[in-house]
Amino acid sequence: MIRTIEQLNAVKEKSAEVVSTRVNKIDRGYKDVLVCGGTGCTSSGSAKLIKILEDEIKKNGIEEKINIVKTGCFGLCVLGPIMMVYPEGTFYSKVEAGQIPQIVESHLKNGVPVKEFLYSETVNGDEIGTLDDTSFYKKQHRVALRNCGVINPEHIEEYIARDGYQAIYKVLTSMTPDDVIQTLLDSGLRGRGGGGFPTGLKWKFAKASVNEQKYVCCNADEGDPGAFMDRSVLEGDPHAVIEAMEIAGFAIGANQGYIYVRAEYPIAVERLEIAIKQAEEEGLLGDDIFGTGFSFHIGLRLGAGAFVCGEETALMTSIEGNRGEPRPRPPFPAVKGLFEKPTILNNVETYANVCQIILNGAQWFAGMGTEKSKGTKVFALGGKIRNTGLVEVPMGTTLREVIEEIGGGIPNGKKFKAAQTGGPSGGCIPPEHLDVPIDYDNLIFIGSMMGSGGLIVMDEDNCMVDIAKFFLDFTVDESCGKCTACRIGTKRLYEILTKITEGKGTLEDLDKLEELCYYIKENALCGLGQTAPNPVLSTLRYFRDEYIAHVVDKRCPAGVCKELLTIRILPEKCKGCSLCSRKCPVNAISGKIGSPYVVDHSKCLKCGVCMANCKFNAIVMD
Amino acid sequence: MVLEKSSVPFFGTAEQKKRLMAVISEHKDEKGALMPILQKAQDIYGYLPIEVQQIIADEMDIPLEKVYGVVTFYAQFSTHPKGRYRISVCLGTACYVKGSGDIFNRLVERLGINGGEITPDGKFSLDACRCIGACGLAPVMTINDDVYGRLTVDDVDRILDKYN
Repeated sequence: MIRTIEQLNAVKEKSAEVVSTRVNKIDRGYKDVLVCGGTGCTSSGSAKLIKILEDEIKKNGIEEKINIVKTGCFGLCVLGPIMMVYPEGTFYSKVEAGQIPQIVESHLKNGVPVKEFLYSETVNGDEIGTLDDTSFYKKQHRVALRNCGVINPEHIEEYIARDGYQAIYKVLTSMTPDDVIQTLLDSGLRGRGGGGFPTGLKWKFAKASVNEQKYVCCNADEGDPGAFMDRSVLEGDPHAVIEAMEIAGFAIGANQGYIYVRAEYPIAVERLEIAIKQAEEEGLLGDDIFGTGFSFHIGLRLGAGAFVCGEETALMTSIEGNRGEPRPRPPFPAVKGLFEKPTILNNVETYANVCQIILNGAQWFAGMGTEKSKGTKVFALGGKIRNTGLVEVPMGTTLREVIEEIGGGIPNGKKFKAAQTGGPSGGCIPPEHLDVPIDYDNLIFIGSMMGSGGLIVMDEDNCMVDIAKFFLDFTVDESCGKCTACRIGTKRLYEILTKITEGKGTLEDLDKLEELCYYIKENALCGLGQTAPNPVLSTLRYFRDEYIAHVVDKRCPAGVCKELLTIRILPEKCKGCSLCSRKCPVNAISGKIGSPYVVDHSKCLKCGVCMANCKFNAIVMD
Repeated sequence: MVLEKSSVPFFGTAEQKKRLMAVISEHKDEKGALMPILQKAQDIYGYLPIEVQQIIADEMDIPLEKVYGVVTFYAQFSTHPKGRYRISVCLGTACYVKGSGDIFNRLVERLGINGGEITPDGKFSLDACRCIGACGLAPVMTINDDVYGRLTVDDVDRILDKYN
């Protein structure tokens, strides 16, 4: 049990020495082998690697010299499974089971890194660099992710070694609730779930509500497809969220918290369970924390796969055990939230910043970022990009830096077409806006939004009408059905988009689309409905020519929409044998023996019989 | 509508019922207990047929329509049984832009069932899911707890053959 700061510092000192091998690269006579145990690397087999690693280490008789640490996400998911060896800091990527014996014998036992298995960017002749030298990490600045890939999230001592639970001690012993709220206000921290509401202001409203029972909730229902920032924080540094929730509880006067986490994140759920239990055992969560009389408890609630539950009122309705439908606001949750009591709800990444702000001061945090968006933002980079993974950059970094420098650009020599931020609520950003500094206001200005941080890159092979349709398919599926604008409106949008992708659209449909979009935005009850038209509006705004191509020319420039593809005979390959013309069931192919044949598109059914029969591969569908 | 999909008659064992009753009495008095109870009930039975919903409604002393309303709201709850091999294809954005739609269509073609359905022999069930978070491996599908990443349409046949 930890009851005093002396006891906390004693644990810190002891474990700081343990983590110094990897944090400060101090050689203490043994090696730390860090293996990523996040979802990405686990999916590519890291759990099996740990087992083999243990066996090999035993076989070589060096158990005493090696400390295997299963960490959270390092960020560079595309290179998983990832393994790092400290104190050197060497970086093995895409590690295979068959490579382990050699790595153990040569590197762990004899101190000679196996160069050919290291991430190529870190090897320069005889020099071996570390992760920090790679272009992926150079421009990153880790605040919310500071412990991910560094500590073992299942050991509370390692979190304590990294200043863990110092912030709640500071708050409980030397600050008033108003001080805490003022610090957050001064820091400029805004909600990382997407809306960007000032966190301090939210807390201030909840504190002002008078009620003997209040609640602190954490939104870990990360539903944007392709976004996994919050999951990585929970998997890599769960205590940071727990400690921040305690601070929030002290600030607004609540003694009970709930974390609402996606059931699709089994590893995150397990780490949270372990973290809560360890914090309770150490007395750092529960009754009378640090003997100050302040008590705080946290309960876990699992989501059940409903995107709308990421909306604050829907999330609370779901915790109450109901269908997760949103409620009209006002009353706002700060007045009447969970179980009708004053409640604050913040996102995981928002909480992950709180302890650092308390410890380092508001000015430190406000020193990063742009005028109205302070601090850093974590993005999940995905889609057509070389370095798929998790990045944290100061606000104000440009999209170009994130995509081209950190992300390594588009693979296979393809051309960049758009970056999608904000998930189903966001929009597609075209190449001409790549140099816009990323912050909340700029992204809204160019027709997208920050969202929770999913950043999907698309290249010339992606059809923007198809992408808009993809997002509407998602929203139709996830609409809770409570309000008409969203339930019926999104369905109609989807139908018009389908019509267009099938080549049956008219120019009038484009106007109808736009009109309906604005109608839904104005009339939907919650954020899901109000933002559902954004993917359509932003693609209409920046990629109207693609819509026009579908509607007027009946053509899909990216070659994605099947109904718009046409059959062509390549004149340079056609020998004029007439076989296709004879096989065509609708007599759509004509020509003269010996010269190239042609397809009459008004008759062609695209059945493909001609293609199957052509002996010269002269017929293509594109 | 959803209930009609359940063509398999419900066979709950006494052992399962005992476990369910234990879960209910453990959570019954908590605030917002219905969701955790349903989640654990689905762990016990594999799905939530109307018979199980009825037991929960009776024991918690709430109307069956409330239980049914919650069950049918959330994608994770299923009112029909799943296959011995549960196939789930990620149709999240990162996977979709890398072609997971084609992977899903190939499975529909091969298995002869649509998303949310089960093959008549009870061997495979097919679902589309939204982002399992393994975006570095996109496009991704899972069969029970095994993850298959960086898929091409041709991989689908090879992988299915492993389970035949």
